[in-house]
Amino acid sequence: MEWDWEFVRQITPTLIEGLQITILATILGAAVAAVIGLAFAILRMTAPAPIARATGFAVEFIRGTPLLVQLYFIFYVLPDIGIRLPALVAGVIGLGIHYGTYAAEVYRAGIENVPRGQWEAAKATNLTARQTWIHVILPQAIPPMIPALANYLIAMFKETPLLSAITVLELMNQAKSIANSNYRYIEPMTLVGVFFLIISLISVFFLRWLEGRYARVDER
Amino acid sequence: MIDWSGYIGLILQGAWVTVELTLMGSALAVVVAFAAGLGRVSRFMAVRALATSYIEFFRGTSIFVQLFWVYFVLPFAGITLTPLQAGVLALGLNVGAYGAEVVRGAVKAIGREQREACIALNLTRFQAMRHIILPQALPLMLPTFGNNAIELLKGTAVVSLISLTDMTFQAQVVRAQTGSTLIPFATILVLYFVMAWLISLGMRWLERRVTRGLDGVRA
Repeated sequence: MEWDWEFVRQITPTLIEGLQITILATILGAAVAAVIGLAFAILRMTAPAPIARATGFAVEFIRGTPLLVQLYFIFYVLPDIGIRLPALVAGVIGLGIHYGTYAAEVYRAGIENVPRGQWEAAKATNLTARQTWIHVILPQAIPPMIPALANYLIAMFKETPLLSAITVLELMNQAKSIANSNYRYIEPMTLVGVFFLIISLISVFFLRWLEGRYARVDER
Repeated sequence: MIDWSGYIGLILQGAWVTVELTLMGSALAVVVAFAAGLGRVSRFMAVRALATSYIEFFRGTSIFVQLFWVYFVLPFAGITLTPLQAGVLALGLNVGAYGAEVVRGAVKAIGREQREACIALNLTRFQAMRHIILPQALPLMLPTFGNNAIELLKGTAVVSLISLTDMTFQAQVVRAQTGSTLIPFATILVLYFVMAWLISLGMRWLERRVTRGLDGVRA
């Protein structure tokens, strides 16, 4: 079968529509992941030992199992106990929880990498806990986290096609339905690949810039 | 009352397919990772460019898109693969691209003085790589390889979408036949977790095995 540019022109608007949902899911998923990751990190670092250990196990469990199965779990099992979620919401929650566990590790490493002397100095200068976090710890902990978090953002963006398995009409699903109704797979599937490749390559350049901008905090 | 034993058998059959896929995919990934990783530190510009474009291409798109592309588009180029072949190919090439960066990083991390000593001793490039660089670089790669193997295991769930009867696919079958959702999905989640745990145990054992005799060599 030959590559058909006319067909490409025909289907591009539909694919762009799907791409918008993909980007929306990525942004919402990232927001959920940022919040959930913070909760996991705080629980692991400050909660009493049994809760901290239970959180640690939950994080390990979520990281050790496939996102696809987690999505199925949220989309198919939760309705049994009366929680019926729209596909996109289920997908965003799944992405958020899965990548939240990765974000939690980034937060933890970032906070633990602030030297002990900084905590002691804050105490010595009689700062309150709130002041210590806002003026001493977080300004030093957050910049080194940014490249790592951006890295996971890109990874999450690439995983959004999985949402098509729970009927979210994102880029991959649009491509599949075009392919199935026209019996042409080459153009839609290749275009999906090209879209993802272009966006990830752009974001990799952006990531390099972020790394240059934020990673070298200790040299200041 | 549903007779669960038959359904558990179905899921275990799927688990075996998942294990097979993981093993074959990992084998392909290791080969590809070394080829592309060493290709990136090659003397020849053309080899470096080839390795870099392979790595960027496979890291730039997700396993899902690659799998569909291999399964649905390659047939038009005259290459028809069974779902299992397509799955192994896509998983191996995808994870291999991540592994290649690990290989490159580890090889680069071996100090300059080691390379200079190789040149001073008049070792060929192959001898230096085989006897000096790789034995020291391997222990640095293993922890990340372990993580990559777990990523690959998680990636195998995606092959259920091209109708390969792996664990996730069988769980869907059980769901369709019994109408129960919690039991099949909870079962496979636990099974996936156990497999991931076994991989990390195995990698830790392997790490101890390759670092044996290297104590005190690296500061």
